[in-house]
Amino acid sequence: MKPSTCRRFVLALIALLALAALSACQREPQPEWRLTDVSGHLPDLDFKLTDDNGKSVTGADYKGKVVLMYFGYTHCPDVCPLTLTQLHVVLDRLGAPADKVRILFVSVDPKRDTPAIMHDYVNAFDKRAVGLVGSDGDVEALAKRYRSAFTREPDRADGNYEVSHSSAIYLFDAEGKARLLATPSASQDDIVHDLHLLTSMETRP
Amino acid sequence: MRYRSLAVALFLLAGTAGTSHAADTAGVQVTGGWLRVLPGSLPAGGYVTFDNTTDRALTIVGAESPDYAEAMIHRSSTEGGMGRMEMVDTVALPPKAKLTFAPGGYHVMLMQAKHPVKPGEKVTITFKLSDGGTIPATLIARPANASGPTD
Repeated sequence: MKPSTCRRFVLALIALLALAALSACQREPQPEWRLTDVSGHLPDLDFKLTDDNGKSVTGADYKGKVVLMYFGYTHCPDVCPLTLTQLHVVLDRLGAPADKVRILFVSVDPKRDTPAIMHDYVNAFDKRAVGLVGSDGDVEALAKRYRSAFTREPDRADGNYEVSHSSAIYLFDAEGKARLLATPSASQDDIVHDLHLLTSMETRP
Repeated sequence: MRYRSLAVALFLLAGTAGTSHAADTAGVQVTGGWLRVLPGSLPAGGYVTFDNTTDRALTIVGAESPDYAEAMIHRSSTEGGMGRMEMVDTVALPPKAKLTFAPGGYHVMLMQAKHPVKPGEKVTITFKLSDGGTIPATLIARPANASGPTD
């Protein structure tokens, strides 16, 4: 081989190696999410609360399930039922993989929402929904962890009150990693699409 | 001449009454009424579409129902990622236009049912207008996870 041929050969080899390295990177393609990808930007699913059967639960209890987490309260007659109904329709459309999904409805109204009230409420929407309650401090800590906010509005004349709250839906994979964020106005098609991807991802043993 | 215009007016009046199945003194047709029944004594959201067939601007100033102790008009919003609800004093029904109360927007909040309301039952709501008129509406009770008057 002439020195110039040799040099050309080496260059070609380097180019080939670089290409191989590139394609290796692309071998693990990122899923084509339709919702907002928040991977790496929000902490893993972690909390200590009481479920709607009165049992203490932590984030680890939902390992192996894809989680849709939503903050709300039962005296909310419009937006919360609208969102929970949407999630119910989405899970029905998802079909069999919906068995691997749980809706976690976290109450931002600990004063009025007892586990029993939450139980009737969430089950009126979907059997795969779990109602979670906790002390003011525990719920605040969880909301803060996900940069969610809620405010109790002033009491009305009849003693009732509303609670304004973040309307986002947080999606966690089966390992409890925060993956996606959906707004209540997200299309059902997009949520179904991304849940198909999330439920079909391999979970590490 | 005078009698003739009176007859025409009567005829027109009868025509308006005939086209609406809800007896509307105000010339507003009401369709697609439903309410979302929640468990226990939780408040229910009611939804309806108004069609103001008159050429007058009308204003809803309140609501009442024989089936609930209280009926309040609210508007939800999720602007800026915050879900909130505000009480609404008036809702404008522009002339020759439709306005829909729907989940995520205007709704009538029904509190303290006077008797258990079950899905499939009908509830009456009377919307009050600023000019003293009323718009009676019939809403069908639907389960918590319903998306509308029919699914």
